[in-house]
Amino acid sequence: MNTLPQQLANGLLLGSMYGLIAIGYTMVYGIVQLINFAHGEIFMTGAFGALTVYFYILPDGTPMAVAVPLMLIGGGIVAILIAVGAERFAYRPLRGAPRLAPLITAIGLSLALQEVVRNFYPGADRARAFPGLDATHDLGSITIKDADIFLIVSAVVCMAALAYFVRKSRTGRAMQATAQDPDTAQLMGIDTNRIIVIAFAIGGFFAAVAAVAYGLKYGNVDYRMGFLMGLKAFTAAVLGGIGNIYGAMLGGLVLGIAETLASAYIDEIPGMQQLGGQSWANVWAFCLLIIVLLVRPQGLLGERVADRA
Amino acid sequence: MTALLEVEDLKVAYGKIEAVKGISFSVEAGQVVTLIGTNGAGKTTTLRTLSGLLKPLSGKITFDGKPLTGVPAHKIVALGLAHSPEGRHIFPRLTIAENLQLGAFLRKDTAGIEKDIQRAYELFPILGERRKQAAGTLSGGEQQMLAMGRALMSQPKLLMLDEPSMGLSPIMMQKIMATIAELKAQGTTILLVEQNAQAALSLADQGHVMEVGKIVLSGTGQDLLHDESVRKAYLGED
Repeated sequence: MNTLPQQLANGLLLGSMYGLIAIGYTMVYGIVQLINFAHGEIFMTGAFGALTVYFYILPDGTPMAVAVPLMLIGGGIVAILIAVGAERFAYRPLRGAPRLAPLITAIGLSLALQEVVRNFYPGADRARAFPGLDATHDLGSITIKDADIFLIVSAVVCMAALAYFVRKSRTGRAMQATAQDPDTAQLMGIDTNRIIVIAFAIGGFFAAVAAVAYGLKYGNVDYRMGFLMGLKAFTAAVLGGIGNIYGAMLGGLVLGIAETLASAYIDEIPGMQQLGGQSWANVWAFCLLIIVLLVRPQGLLGERVADRA
Repeated sequence: MTALLEVEDLKVAYGKIEAVKGISFSVEAGQVVTLIGTNGAGKTTTLRTLSGLLKPLSGKITFDGKPLTGVPAHKIVALGLAHSPEGRHIFPRLTIAENLQLGAFLRKDTAGIEKDIQRAYELFPILGERRKQAAGTLSGGEQQMLAMGRALMSQPKLLMLDEPSMGLSPIMMQKIMATIAELKAQGTTILLVEQNAQAALSLADQGHVMEVGKIVLSGTGQDLLHDESVRKAYLGED
């Protein structure tokens, strides 16, 4: 159970989840230089959107093979609407305002979303049961659940689709141009507002995918689930080099693996017996962030600011 | 015949500071018109307002018979007004070919776009040789060529060039100016902002001298080249 290959698999899975959420931070930052601190809560609302589809829309006993895709759509729609709404009504009016104003708005929005879900969603103030995908498979020395397969497959598909979209599509090209030089992008005829909305929408959808995976894997969701996951995903985005979509995924994987290995093995180092276990995982995650930023302030795949013309 | 571009009493301000204080000029189809003047005279502000990046305080801009005030920047390109900005502003992490394609962002005629990209490579052979290279790796002069080529990709009725010779070596500057002359000979209508007054006026049909937000002197390029006050202030003679 606690063999090294199993721990690596656990880390990879956790990291894929961080990476999916980190995409939302990094795309928005890359285009409008805004840290959307409400993104963790967008992840959370995605989970509740999916839960709503399962408990309140689908008939009881719907097979999971049918339910999961519909939950993805439901969660995706909710997360996209909230992400795009936040851009339109909270952040856009503040474009051009001092940096602190949108940051505080993001924190406020994050609290507001938590409180709305806590007060108005039945049972959201406690851990609310989410349908699990718990059937297990033994692959040699590691054991994984169906939920893990869903997570890894959707992470790979989402990332590949995003990479293709950004590099090859006309809108993706416009997105790169807007990220590199928004004024000049407008001179090319690019509607940069539309590009910004698309970035928020993609981030929202990816967060919803991660949220469904989270629910399926851990079996419950609550109104606070976005806080720590959001913080970790933001850490992953910074670790990988904020603004870079490949960095977000890499940062997520590095963070997930490092955190998992640290909590599994660090107590075997003499003198550090008290520092192992899950309760210290966050400490090691943020230590890793600090160390990487000391050596590479731009993050693993980030470009030095001086390189940006 | 009405002018292609008509600017009437245009005022632009950054906050409370008025950078352009009521200027009027026009550009006829086929003409090269230049705005010259020192730093801070309001030339770049004027171009950025024409292309919609800045909102005017007051005044009227008419392009090809249509009012431009209030039209967002990304829609102005579609009307046929292309702007090669000061400082070149190529997209550094995209390739040269991708930069040129972005210049044709609103066009749908794939074959025509390809043809125009080839034409840009003919006009600037160095761009063709390095088409797969990231634009940020080009020299300043090459970036200027790319910025001009990119602006031409939208098939503009009016090409606005902001300081194309800025920061270039004398040889590169000559090359760029020769290209502008070539474009003029092909019939391209150009609004040229330059600090290199000598070069700009020699090319221009019409010139306007700007000082602290106002047009203080207007005339044909040749008239201004031989105007005593212009020679003193901008051509370094005493």
